[in-house]
Amino acid sequence: MTSHLGLMIVFALFVSTVFATLMRDDPKQQLMFGARLFAGFIASGIVIGWLLYPLPL
Amino acid sequence: MKPHSGPIRAATAERVQPVNAFLICAAAWAVPGLGHLWLGRRQKGIVFLIAVPLMFVFGLWLEGRLFPFQISEPLVALAFIADLGIGLPYFIAKSIGAGAGRVVAITYEYGNAFVIVAGLLNMLVVLDAFDIAKGRK
Repeated sequence: MTSHLGLMIVFALFVSTVFATLMRDDPKQQLMFGARLFAGFIASGIVIGWLLYPLPL
Repeated sequence: MKPHSGPIRAATAERVQPVNAFLICAAAWAVPGLGHLWLGRRQKGIVFLIAVPLMFVFGLWLEGRLFPFQISEPLVALAFIADLGIGLPYFIAKSIGAGAGRVVAITYEYGNAFVIVAGLLNMLVVLDAFDIAKGRK
């Protein structure tokens, strides 16, 4: 639960839930938008993680 | 952002008129989601009432810190302002001694991120409640 990936997933879940509720009025649209946001957060987190992998830090 | 259609927006504005929009903002700040519940947006209010404080508590559980107001350290002062965005839960956590933050904990920075972002998200929720109260949404 306290792994970086696990915490990133929980963080993405909270933020996408609040953003989707703020930005859409219809519950169905909220669900669709929230799922897209969540997938975007996770995908970009993984892609940026791999892009940073070769850096010597 | 898709605004509510005409009649709904007009109905909300009419319902809210007697109440000061700033009073609604104060309620929305103090208790996340209360502004939306007051304005009749029940579904949104309940989601905010659960998600935002839960994120805050999760951050505290991860040993995040509730930052003090320290003007000599500008980043700490900014973190304090963001923390304060959560409203009453900030003061409740302070009063029970939570949020001391253990710097050596492996989850310390993650906890800070959760606590700070929960406060910032509540600020967005307050702005949304203000827009609804003014009949803009």
